[in-house]
Amino acid sequence: MRNMWIICRKELRSYFVSPVAYLLLTMFAVIFGFFFWNSLGYFIFMGMEAQLRDEPTPMNVNEQIIRPLLANLSVVGLFFIPIITMRLFAEEKRTGTIELLVTSPIRDGEIILGKWLAAVLLYLSMMLFSGLSFVYLFRYGNPDWKPLLIGYLGLLLQAGALLAVGTFISTLTRNQIIAGAATFGVCLLLWVLEWVSGFETATWARVLAYFSVIAHFESFAKGLIDTKDVVFYLSMTLLALFFTARSMESMRWRS
Amino acid sequence: MITATGLTKRYARNTAVDQISFQVRKGRIVGFLGPNGAGKTTTMRMLTCFLPPTAGTATVAGFDILEHPLEVKRRIGYLPELPPLYPEMRVDEYLNFVGKLKGLSGPRLRERIEYVVERCNIGDVRRKTTGKLSKGYRQRVGLAQAIIHNPDVLILDEPTAGLDPKQINETRSLIRSLAGDHTIILSTHILPEVEQTCQEVLIINRGRLVATDSVENLQHRARGGESVLLEVGSPNGPLDRAAVERRLARVNGVSRVAFRDSRQDRIFAEIESSGDRSIRSDLARAVVEAGWELHELRASAMSLEEIFLQLTREESAPPPAEEAAPQETRP
Repeated sequence: MRNMWIICRKELRSYFVSPVAYLLLTMFAVIFGFFFWNSLGYFIFMGMEAQLRDEPTPMNVNEQIIRPLLANLSVVGLFFIPIITMRLFAEEKRTGTIELLVTSPIRDGEIILGKWLAAVLLYLSMMLFSGLSFVYLFRYGNPDWKPLLIGYLGLLLQAGALLAVGTFISTLTRNQIIAGAATFGVCLLLWVLEWVSGFETATWARVLAYFSVIAHFESFAKGLIDTKDVVFYLSMTLLALFFTARSMESMRWRS
Repeated sequence: MITATGLTKRYARNTAVDQISFQVRKGRIVGFLGPNGAGKTTTMRMLTCFLPPTAGTATVAGFDILEHPLEVKRRIGYLPELPPLYPEMRVDEYLNFVGKLKGLSGPRLRERIEYVVERCNIGDVRRKTTGKLSKGYRQRVGLAQAIIHNPDVLILDEPTAGLDPKQINETRSLIRSLAGDHTIILSTHILPEVEQTCQEVLIINRGRLVATDSVENLQHRARGGESVLLEVGSPNGPLDRAAVERRLARVNGVSRVAFRDSRQDRIFAEIESSGDRSIRSDLARAVVEAGWELHELRASAMSLEEIFLQLTREESAPPPAEEAAPQETRP
C-alpha cells in the first residue's frame, strides 16, 4: 500500500512537472467550457422561445443541460485518456528506469496500481474543471444534484476501465507515440461498437455492442446506477490490470 | 554472500548465459570480465531478480532469487549500464524517491541521503535536475542511488563506461572505498579496471565462465612463473646488450629475456621465470657481480590482458601464431 502511493506520487509529480498535465487541463477546460456555453445558450434560447409563443413548455436543467453534457464528457474523455496513459510504462522502458522499479523491493502489482491510480487522479482533476461550470447551474437554478453525482461516478468508472486498457497498452512498447496511438484506436473502437446494434440484432451483434464502453454510460447519464454497468466497468478494469501484470512479467522473460 | 549454481538464460535462438556457477565471499570486490555480449549484463540481471533464469538459481545474502525475490532486492543495490534516472527530477528528489522505494523513511531516509550525497560527492548538483547532469555526475548519482539503502551486495554494470580518465579514477576509488561494507560485483570489458579495482575476477566468454580466481593467482597461473622488470646501467660507457642478455639468461630459472627499451647507457629488460622460485635475488647478484649498476628491479604485475586473450582464445579456434618479437631469446 505504501509502495503504491510512492509510485503514484512520483507519477503525479512527473505529470505536473512536465507540461502534460497543464496542457490536458487547459485543453479540457476550453473544450468543456465551449460545450457548457453552447448547451446553456441553447437552453436559454428555448426558454425565450417558449415565452414568446406563450405556451407552457416543460423545462428541466437536469434533462436539458446536465444529461447531454455528461454524455459529451464521456466521449471527450476518450480523446484524453491515451495522452494520460501513453507514457506510463513506455517511457520507463525507453529510459531504462523500469530496471530500477523492478529491482526494488516492491511488487509488480504495486507498480501497476500506483501508475493507474495516478492516471485516474489526473483524470479526476480534469473533471473538477467541469464541476466548476456546474456550480453556476446550482447558483442560478435549482437542478437535482443526485443525477449529477451519479453521472460523475459513471465517468470515473468508465475512465478507470479505459485508463487500465491504456496502461496495459503502454507496457507493450517502449515508444510513447505507438502506445498513445494504439490506445486511441482501441478507445475509439470501444465507443463505436455500439453502432452495430443500429442495423443488426443477432446475438453476435448484441455481444459486440455490449463491449461498447459508451453504451454502458447511458444509464449513469440518466442518473441511474445499473449494477450490470458497474460490473461491466469494474470487470474491464480488473481484466486490463491483470493483463498489465502478465505483460510486465513477460517483458522480463523476453528482454 | 553470493552463490550462483548453474545459472542459465536461454532465449529462443541463443543461450546468453550457460550454466554459470560461482561464489563471492563477503566484502570482496569481484570483477566480471568479458567481451561485449558475453553475458555479463544478463547474469547481473538474473542476480538482481530483473530477469528470471531459465535454469539454475542463485542465492544472495542467504535468500534464493526465485523463492524470496523481495528479500534479495532489499539487500541488493544495482546500477544498470545506463543510470536509471528520471530526467525531470532533481537529484535530491530522485534520491528521496529511490530511498522510499527501497523502504527507507523519516529521519533515517534523510540521514542516508546526506550520507550518499557526501560519499558520492554530488553535493554541488543536488538541486539540479538529473536530465541536465554531465555523464560523470549521472554515474555518481546512479551509484548514490545504488547504495542509499546500505545494501549488503552492490551490483554495478560497467560503472566507468563513458567517463573521462579523471572520472574513471574517482569512480574506481569510490568503489574501492565501498568494499568491506558491501560485497561488490562489477562488470567491465576493460582489463586494467579489474587489476586496479578488484580482488577476484570471473572471466566470462560466450555465456560460459572461463576462469574464476583471485587476480594474483590468475596472473601467476597464466604465466606459470614470475615476471621481473630490470633496469641495468653501466658506470663506464655503453653496455653491450648481447653480454647482458647472455649473463641474465644464465641465471637459474630464467625462461625468457626481452629487452623493452635501451638507451646509450641503460638497458630495460623484462625477465620471466618458469619455476616457483623467486629469481629476483639471483638476478641482482648476477648484475652486481658483472660490474654493472642495478637501477631498478621489481616484480611486474602481469597484465591481465594477455591472460584474458589467452583464456578467451582457448574457447574458440586454435590460437593465432604469436608475433615473433625480434629482441626475444628463448634459451
